[in-house]
Amino acid sequence: MRIVFKTNYMQDIRPWKDGYQLSLYMLLLVVAIAAPWMLDDFYLGELTNVLIWAIAGLGLMVLTGHTGQASLGHAAFLAIGCYANIILIEAGVPFMIAFPVAGLITGIIGATIAVPALRLHGIYLAIFTLAMSILMDDIIVLAEPITGGVAGKYAPSVGVFGFMVDRWGTPNEFYWLTLGVVVLVTLGYINILRAPLGRSFIAVRDSEVSAQAMGVDISRTKTISFGLSCMVTGWAGALMGLYAGAFNNETFSVVISIQLLMMIVIGGLGSIHGAFFGAIIIGFLPQFLSISKEYVGAVFGGSTVAIPGLEFGIFGMILIAFILFEPMGIYGRWLKVRTWFELFPFYRKDMFKRQKSYLKTERLR
Amino acid sequence: MDNLQLLISGLANGCVYGLIALGFVLIYKATEAVNFAQGDFMMLGAFITIGLTNTEYMGLPFWLALPISLGLMAVLGYLLDRFLIRKMFGESQTSVVILTIALGFVIRFAAGLIWGHEPQTLQNPLAGKEIALGGLVLGMEDVAVIVVTVLLTWALYVFFSKTKMGLAMQGASQNQLAAYYMGVPVKQVQGLVWALGGVVACVAGILFAAKGSVDPSTGLIGIKAFAAAVIGGFGSLPGALAGGLIVGVIEPFASRYIAAGYSQIAPYALLLAVLIFRPHGLFSQVRSKKV
Repeated sequence: MRIVFKTNYMQDIRPWKDGYQLSLYMLLLVVAIAAPWMLDDFYLGELTNVLIWAIAGLGLMVLTGHTGQASLGHAAFLAIGCYANIILIEAGVPFMIAFPVAGLITGIIGATIAVPALRLHGIYLAIFTLAMSILMDDIIVLAEPITGGVAGKYAPSVGVFGFMVDRWGTPNEFYWLTLGVVVLVTLGYINILRAPLGRSFIAVRDSEVSAQAMGVDISRTKTISFGLSCMVTGWAGALMGLYAGAFNNETFSVVISIQLLMMIVIGGLGSIHGAFFGAIIIGFLPQFLSISKEYVGAVFGGSTVAIPGLEFGIFGMILIAFILFEPMGIYGRWLKVRTWFELFPFYRKDMFKRQKSYLKTERLR
Repeated sequence: MDNLQLLISGLANGCVYGLIALGFVLIYKATEAVNFAQGDFMMLGAFITIGLTNTEYMGLPFWLALPISLGLMAVLGYLLDRFLIRKMFGESQTSVVILTIALGFVIRFAAGLIWGHEPQTLQNPLAGKEIALGGLVLGMEDVAVIVVTVLLTWALYVFFSKTKMGLAMQGASQNQLAAYYMGVPVKQVQGLVWALGGVVACVAGILFAAKGSVDPSTGLIGIKAFAAAVIGGFGSLPGALAGGLIVGVIEPFASRYIAAGYSQIAPYALLLAVLIFRPHGLFSQVRSKKV
């Protein structure tokens, strides 16, 4: 096990533990940048999709993973970001301005919505956001003059620093654009987490009463968390719109909201890695299923019949297994595996075991 | 007269919502877990009854199939608690919510696999019969739905407020540890509550399938029923039913008197309004927490 010898207070809050860890992430970044030369267009497109989901996951992670406010309605913010971006572009605003502004608009709307939502806890907040996500579908149809209603809208090609970026025409450029957004968002996220704001998010998640006693302004923290979360989600939505090419009111349905929440649970709540792991599962599960179906069909003969709902069924089972056996998600499992190797042969079975707990009512609040 | 007809059909719909909402509240009241799969339970109960009764499947007589499917759903509810929910002891509400949403996915998938994705109707003895009441023509199913719901709610209300087991369930919900010290067999009580939740869902499913048709995605009306439960106030059985009725009645009137496109928003808009102005529902039982 590597022991970091700390000689300086700054070492406690710097984003990386030591040079070894930093170099690993740099290596990952180099590999990610070089991906277009190593993958064909199909897999590059899939990778881009995973990265976009990861941005959305990071957005939700701020709110659910770090502030502890479960939202079942983030598809609504994906939709707002997507529509804001395209409508601005259609109004003649260059992409480099439209894209950040779309995120800002989403963030402001999110923070506004947070004000009535502040009074709600746990399950009530979940149902509030769920209803919002359902309403968004109808609102898009009703606001037809701006949103195109059921017919939807088409995403144009956009220019970034003179480069033409288009999902189908120039997949490499689109991938790099997405990667750039991912890196910026992740760096911002890491920075917030080590600042007082991020610490207060976590304090609110762990205990509102204690946080308040320590001088954290709960409503302000929650509102900012909502705003930041929605801003990042709005960017993911804008990219999702460009990636899909065409979208309408049904693109960002409530199922997407649920999928997004489940994704970060599978990945591991409360960790940045979790958003990425979850996105990988979401992104590659359909491909994996179709490949394995072909394989099964080849071995046992015949059965290449499409089974409707298979994806969601499998997804549900994976999720149940994770919640029961590994509530910390993939990232939690990875931590355990890593610790096992680092401490070999001193790893003990109950090192990550949580304390026994019993149900405390949330009814008398 | 037109409005009265709308009211009756709205009430019948509302009763189904109310019954699903009742299932939510029942489980919430006793175990403080929120079962988002309640709508899918209802769908499953309906399909089990269809599978037993309809002539293209097993073709049993309706009155024989009824207790069997109720029993099956009770067993299913108990087993779910025994093997899934009990493992979540002491976890946050949110993880239970996510678990039950995932469970809903799995149930929907399984039902689609077994019974297909075509909408199906339950063949029942009341089908097609009507009652004429002074110029008002009521479907026999609608009347049956309303009567069964009222009876069931009353029975549950008495059960929770008068019987020893009902009180034990309430106690276990408020503080598991304290209830355990008082000699309440907490685990057993929770298993029974889930079984009861399964039975209520099955009743709702049978009524729903008799009135209209079900397919695997019917369970999604659980979301609307959930809205109903929240409007009525979680933790109050009569409130859940009232919420269901409100949502059920609003729907036909909204689609008649409000422009198309705006009408389907009505229940959710009401939900948001209730959550903003009375966060714990119209008939809530929440007091403030003492730290």
